Amino acid sequence: MKLTLHVWRQKGPEDSGKLETYKADNVSPDQSFLEMLDEVNDDLVKNGGDPIAFDHDCREGICGMCSQVINGRPHGQQELTTVCQLHMREFNEGDEIFIEPWRARAFPIHKDLIVDRTALDVVMQSGGYASCHTGGVADGNTLLVSKPVADYAMDAAECIGCGACVAACPNSSAMLFTSAKVAQLAVLPQGKAEAKRRVKAMTEANNAEGFGNCSNHYECEAACPKGISVKFIAKLNREYLKSMVPSSTE
Amino acid sequence: MNLLTNTVGRKILMAVTGLLLIAFITVHLIGNLSVFAGPDGINAYAKALHDLGPLVWLFRLGMVALFAIHITFGIQLYMENKAATPDPYAIQKTLVTSFSAKTMIFTGLIILAFLLYHLLHFTLQVTNPSISAANLPLDAASRLDVYSMMVLSFQKVFISLIYIVAMIALLLHLAHGISSWVQTFGWSTGPSQDKVISIGKVLAIVYGLAYIAIPLLILARIVK
Amino acid sequence: MILDGKAPTGPIETTWDKHRFDMKLVNPANKRKFKILVVGTGLAGGAAAASLGELGYNVEAFCYQDSPRRAHSIAAQGGINAAKNYPNDGDSVYRLFYDTVKGGDFRAREADVWRLAQVSNNIIDQCVAQGVPFARDYAGYLDNRSFGGAQVSRTFYARGQTGQQLLLGAYSALSRQIKNGSVKMFARREMLDLVVVDGAAKGITCRNLITGEIESYWGDAVVLATGGFVNVFYLSTNAMGCSVTAKWRATKKGAYMANPCYTQIHPTCIPQHGDKQSKLTLMSESLRNDGRVWVPKEAKDTEKHPSEIPEADRDYFLERKYPSYGNLAPRDIASRAAKEACDDGRGVGESKRGVFLDFKASIDRLGQSTIAERYGNLFDMYYKITAEDGYERPMRIYPAPHYSMGGLWVDYHCMSNIPGLFVLGEANFSVHGANRLGASALMQGLADGYFVIPYTIAPYLASITPGQVKTDHDAFKESQESVQQEISKLLAIKGKKTVGELHRALGNVMWEDVGMARSDASLNHALKRIPEIREEFWNNVNVTGGAMELNQQLENAWRLADFLEFSEMMATDALHREESCGGHFRVEHQTDDGEAMRNDEDFSYSAAWEFKGVGKAPELHKEPLKFENVKLAVRSYK
Ligand SMILES: Cc1cc2nc3c(=O)[nH]c(=O)nc-3n(C[C@H](O)[C@H](O)[C@H](O)COP(=O)(O)OP(=O)(O)OC[C@H]3O[C@@H](n4cnc5c(N)ncnc54)[C@H](O)[C@@H]3O)c2cc1C
Ligand code: HEM
Ligand code: HEM
Ligand code: SF4
Ligand code: F3S
Ligand code: FES
Repeated sequence: MKLTLHVWRQKGPEDSGKLETYKADNVSPDQSFLEMLDEVNDDLVKNGGDPIAFDHDCREGICGMCSQVINGRPHGQQELTTVCQLHMREFNEGDEIFIEPWRARAFPIHKDLIVDRTALDVVMQSGGYASCHTGGVADGNTLLVSKPVADYAMDAAECIGCGACVAACPNSSAMLFTSAKVAQLAVLPQGKAEAKRRVKAMTEANNAEGFGNCSNHYECEAACPKGISVKFIAKLNREYLKSMVPSSTE
Repeated sequence: MNLLTNTVGRKILMAVTGLLLIAFITVHLIGNLSVFAGPDGINAYAKALHDLGPLVWLFRLGMVALFAIHITFGIQLYMENKAATPDPYAIQKTLVTSFSAKTMIFTGLIILAFLLYHLLHFTLQVTNPSISAANLPLDAASRLDVYSMMVLSFQKVFISLIYIVAMIALLLHLAHGISSWVQTFGWSTGPSQDKVISIGKVLAIVYGLAYIAIPLLILARIVK
Repeated sequence: MILDGKAPTGPIETTWDKHRFDMKLVNPANKRKFKILVVGTGLAGGAAAASLGELGYNVEAFCYQDSPRRAHSIAAQGGINAAKNYPNDGDSVYRLFYDTVKGGDFRAREADVWRLAQVSNNIIDQCVAQGVPFARDYAGYLDNRSFGGAQVSRTFYARGQTGQQLLLGAYSALSRQIKNGSVKMFARREMLDLVVVDGAAKGITCRNLITGEIESYWGDAVVLATGGFVNVFYLSTNAMGCSVTAKWRATKKGAYMANPCYTQIHPTCIPQHGDKQSKLTLMSESLRNDGRVWVPKEAKDTEKHPSEIPEADRDYFLERKYPSYGNLAPRDIASRAAKEACDDGRGVGESKRGVFLDFKASIDRLGQSTIAERYGNLFDMYYKITAEDGYERPMRIYPAPHYSMGGLWVDYHCMSNIPGLFVLGEANFSVHGANRLGASALMQGLADGYFVIPYTIAPYLASITPGQVKTDHDAFKESQESVQQEISKLLAIKGKKTVGELHRALGNVMWEDVGMARSDASLNHALKRIPEIREEFWNNVNVTGGAMELNQQLENAWRLADFLEFSEMMATDALHREESCGGHFRVEHQTDDGEAMRNDEDFSYSAAWEFKGVGKAPELHKEPLKFENVKLAVRSYK
């Protein structure tokens, strides 16, 4: 296949950046999207050019490192698929492909397609855990978790922290990412003790880190490679409402 | 307080006030539809309202508060979201969100503008004094003739247009607003999500058309 | 030199408990004064950093990704073992210990393995407490499955994402400590040198991958948890960034590299497709619980669509060769069997390097929904990559480099021969011997991080005074200069070949000559080719861009540079080990029916290699292995 790529090139955070056009000839349909870019880079290197910088690591859709907006869609057009798992057979001869980085004020661009997602870590640090000490915990089977609850928690826990939800959200809100963790820990007995504190802290961190507010556009769910559902955002809202109600012990 | 600063807290305030505003326009709609029952309908309704005396003021105060909260946070959230979102993608794609969701602030502001005009028009009656209830003769039952005021007003194309445009804005605003607050209150769940959204849209259309019917039917001289 | 692992003696059941009591403690008031550097935040490093920080030590943690949550532990699918014996099917700490020693083909230190088996149960409890959503049954109890050559169901799992969930558990514990200020996290940093002062590890030199800055960090102890090195084969199931760099730089500073020839080739990977591929994808071997492995009996049938091949013409070679284990035969055995079938011309797929993994029987027996429930995400993954539907036609699988049992040599305290340098997880050589059993690496990483290092680091720290050496010490300046020089050197070459091309070249040599079957001839060939490729690299590689910027070419370049030196040590080790054991198969040493033949007389030891200079023969140090509890026996799965 022959393809035309329009790739966002930006030297650094200060640089304004612009789209550059590249040709990708003899692309094999069995190549992954990133392998196609590898080849483009090899050619660039051979011709003394500056290869395109992009984040990637596991290349099997689980680490959440890869982050590219392809033709306006985070992770590209294939549903429930990360860029690294997107294969060229999804494209057609002669296609024009626009490749851009995640765009959100909370994700400053380091270079080309590489952005800084530290903000997501900060949100987690604000309360994305069940505070247990190493050692001295009860036997795993003393806490019974019925299968439906365990499955619900697992559905939420599958988030890979890629940030595509933020990239897709018209408000650059990280609410889907945040809600996945809040919901997982809210339904598990291990997490209930801190539920109120957690939902307050994590939602506040969202504002502090410069993410937008959720106004229920649901674009995040559509872009999420792991199919994290916006029902978790509803759950987060509910948890927040609950946290407003003082319990008899407070 | 956390509720006023927190991203979800303010979202919930939007929903609560939004919901109460819906309650108001529902009652208001029913009241206004009594115009189709002729003078005895609407004029009686208006009288009943006015006879509430101090309660009216209590109610008005509440309305002002509702709008104030809803509008302030609506604008504030909108500004924050703009600030959080840099220049758009070369190819902008949205898959599931709707026109009405993307234009909440604008339809909202149109409603606001309409509201100011609306109060000047019907409540303070300064825009068209000649045909305002205050200056019209009392009706047969010696009540303020709100009926004639409405009919004479909406026979004017210009006034009707303002109302119709505003009601379209309201329709759009509710098209996202109604399902949106279900999600904001945490009631919507995965699969039933789509149903909630469509029901919201249907309700919005019902509200919109019902409201539009009033100026439209009068303008079309179907109601005289 | 004869190395001493300092393993406690006496009845194995009491070794860890007794030793824990014998070890010195660090006074709580003093803990703050000690700074510990933890390089790597995967299961091992993440758990270690979190636990040490919680104990009150002053911890600084490093990783090359943009977040600790992305370490390659995240890719683990199948599960994690523990001797809970919840299913009441005869498991016990002793059995887990026994299976692991035997599974490792008697090339691991008994006491270390015992400790691992003993703490395995605490790990499950710990992860549950963190909110790891392990699979549960309808009554709400933890669910188990049998996995990779174990005859008891001792594997805990979270759908097909066990590693992800365990890592996110460790990451959450780490995040909590970062919030508390007890751990400082430095992401997008790559360790490029170990700073050794008066023979003790006192710090590291890193490159800031964003700015290109060369940074120094001092610590009273350095903990390496930097994962495995099988990317030396170029194509492997590891992440693109996995490298030998941290370990190799330590080796060049005097740490011993133990058993580098013990590498694991995983049987159930998606076969390579074309020559443009950048990595191989593993599918959890839990697939072997319900899938049957076969190839056509006749080479002529390999072109046919599998459904056209009648039962009679199929060779279910694992079931045939290993009746008692069948499709669940251990990895090294299953992989080699697949290779033999393909060498025999009976491989399937266009490359002819593949065997069928067939679910028809199970789907007929259990129904497609059950199979989908168990492995749905794996079938999806397979479809995305191959565009073939595993429910419709058998999957094609082929072995791929997956795990390194070998690694830096450590004693019972996980301390290398360099005082103050500790090594955890896949980066060390400790518990898996010559072959790792399924679901035991996650166990080891978390055991080391949560329940071993917090105890075993104390005696060392108690023996030194905190903060003696800081970054103003000359050793740090020298280290920075050497790193800078290397980088300038790489950027100055401006040759014709890309890093990728040269890595492929090395990969081919390693796969062909130092892969699943090794011979005197192939290894000597490798030892001839590697220096040639290294030559070419240093004369003809083209690394574009500058030193003081985000430069991924440069990162790949130094990683390859290290592989090009390390690979030689790997081949040397493989050549010296005149026996077949676990993942190391020497064709000269096999039984008539092609089974591995160990040589306990001469090779019952761990080989720890001392770096003597690039291109110079490394020096061999031996740690003899004693087996007092598990009797040496031929490992048979027939
Ligand atoms: C595809 C796959 C599936 C697997 N499935 C299973 C399974 O089902 N069960 C099981 O028990 N095991 C499994 N394993 C093995 C297991 O996942 C790993 O062995 C284990 O997770 C390694 O953990 P670790 O913490 O030692 O290293 P890693 O998780 O690889 O972490 C390495 C860390 O070191 C950092 N690092 C590396 N080099 C440097 C440097 N130079 N400077 C700074 N930081 C550096 C990295 O950033 C990372 O944080 C699987 C492995 C793979 C590849
Ligand atoms: C009768 C008048 C109005 C009604 C019935 C109404 C109703 C609603 C409802 C139900 C919502 C959904 C809340 C949620 O997301 O859960 C909403 C949202 C919104 N309204 Fe209104 N509204 C009215 C007037 C206005 C006005 C005058 C403005 C002026 C700015 C406005 C601006 C907004 C905005 C910006 C939102 C989106 C908030 C968000 O979800 O982030 N609305 N409205
Ligand atoms: C066709 C559409 C509408 C008609 C015909 C209509 C009619 C009227 C009339 C006749 C009054 C005066 C009642 C009285 O004082 O006797 C009134 C008041 C009012 N209307 Fe409307 N209205 C319409 C739409 C709306 C909408 C959409 C809103 C809200 C956004 C609204 C908000 C109000 C308010 C706040 C008052 C003042 C009530 C008071 O006096 O306190 N109206 N309306
Ligand atoms: S919710 Fe989905 S899109 Fe957002 S970070 Fe998690 S996996 Fe990525
Ligand atoms: S797209 Fe954005 S607005 Fe909310 S529902 Fe998703 S975060
Ligand atoms: S590279 Fe890991 S998810 Fe894409």
